[in-house]
Amino acid sequence: MKGLRVIQAGPLALIQDSGRFGVNHLGVTQGGAADWISHRWANWLLGNPVHSAALEIVIGGNLTLEAEREVTLALVGADLGARIDDAPLAAQGTFTLAPGQRLCFRRPQGGLRTYLAFPGGLDAPETLGSRACTVREKIGGLTDDGAPLKTGDRLTWHGGEPTPRWLPRSAQLPLPAQGVVTLPFVLGAQAAHFAGRSLYQAFNQEWTVDQRADRMGIRLTGTPLKSTLTGIVSEGIPLGAVQIPPDGQPIVLMNDRQTIGGYPRIGALTPGACARLAQCLPGTRVRLAPISATQAQMNHRRQLSAWG
Amino acid sequence: MNPRLETAAMDAITLRLFDTIEEENMAWIMAADSALRHAFGDALTDLTPSYTTLLIHYDCTRLSFCEASNKARRALDGLQPATTQDGQLHEIPVWYDESVGPELPLVAKRAGIGVEALIQRHCAHDYCVFALGFAPGYGFMGLVEEALATPRLTTPRKRVPAGSVGIADRQTAIYPLLSPGGWNILGRTAVPLFEYARRGEPLFNPGDKVRFKAISKAEFEAAGGDTTPMEERS
Repeated sequence: MKGLRVIQAGPLALIQDSGRFGVNHLGVTQGGAADWISHRWANWLLGNPVHSAALEIVIGGNLTLEAEREVTLALVGADLGARIDDAPLAAQGTFTLAPGQRLCFRRPQGGLRTYLAFPGGLDAPETLGSRACTVREKIGGLTDDGAPLKTGDRLTWHGGEPTPRWLPRSAQLPLPAQGVVTLPFVLGAQAAHFAGRSLYQAFNQEWTVDQRADRMGIRLTGTPLKSTLTGIVSEGIPLGAVQIPPDGQPIVLMNDRQTIGGYPRIGALTPGACARLAQCLPGTRVRLAPISATQAQMNHRRQLSAWG
Repeated sequence: MNPRLETAAMDAITLRLFDTIEEENMAWIMAADSALRHAFGDALTDLTPSYTTLLIHYDCTRLSFCEASNKARRALDGLQPATTQDGQLHEIPVWYDESVGPELPLVAKRAGIGVEALIQRHCAHDYCVFALGFAPGYGFMGLVEEALATPRLTTPRKRVPAGSVGIADRQTAIYPLLSPGGWNILGRTAVPLFEYARRGEPLFNPGDKVRFKAISKAEFEAAGGDTTPMEERS
């Protein structure tokens, strides 16, 4: 079947939907789009169910796709210098590729990940209720072995011609603006094991997003935090958990984290903050902003209501 | 047991039942697991039992933080430990050989016994499955007898083949798929743990028991085992 041909694979492009749920007890991680807000908007623009499988493109790096037939796609997220043949393509909207046209992603100019949605969602085998590609677990993706997109792959989709929508003016994408990025954060019970001075520092210093960042975890650097706990008995870890290893430099655990772990945690970013952090390039300065679980849930429900 | 409900994230609560690792914990953990699944029903997004805790991940579009906490509290009322018959016993055939279990001599030497005696003693205990984690179908099991306890390798290996059976401190485990790892590897099994897990039917669950059984190279090969020797430390 005709589709989009991968002429050149970039450093990392993964098929992602909303992730796997109800599987952590198997040792299987959540996966799913790291910036789930942009991912959902991309699907919404094509009238897809918002959980549909789309392509998560990280950095770009000359990823080049060629249309074998006419198709309308949606692109939401970071500006990765996308072009159709030689013409620049603006993100946050839909566009149509004619047969033979090439879509290319160069380098990040604002944010780190962008989402390319396809009519009806990408075709890929489903494992444990999801098409999310987890490289480390060798699950998901085009051939269900966790492999990222490679040169020569062909992407196909299962929907007909969509009726494209416009991104509403009220839509707030989690893309970094100028200056310090604020990350709402829910304090966890283990915060009690951090010294008062460390708790102060957690929320009153700017942290820097480190180079050591991937879909498992994102390290922040700054004045180290000290816990009276060095290790704990391994326990389940939620999305966005901020764990403090012995060097005192926080690691925010993201979609592909291990399901259990043994470092003390000071709390967890909200899902919205995880999406925002997933768009931060190394060197970005961030601030943790405490919020109650109740307030965070209200904000989360408001975000979800955008898609009906 | 002293149950505590702790905020873990916007939509996740840690139920802490114990503070230390004991095999006896698991009957309570598994009882809490089924009580919580029953109480939360569809509003449960994920439930992750581990040695001393369960992480309850709930759908916050259906339950507020207070409702979820109350539901969990009520589910624990009058909790009774799961009976030992609830956990199944699984026998895992293992080919113990230095080519696929390079730490056999090291662990034996630390214990002051021969390699044969080490194999016999590793097989002599029914290990309790405490948690699945690290990789799909990876079970943390124990407790290994004190004499065989061996700390993790100082430098983890980049590639530990699927089926590798190892020891770290007083725990033992099987690598379901090729992954990095720092456990002391004693042998290899042909049982496809990863395939079970990715179908959503793990061979064993927390609370189950696992017994290792030493088999010959011929039996291992007949079961479809891969006899490729372990790579040098890289």
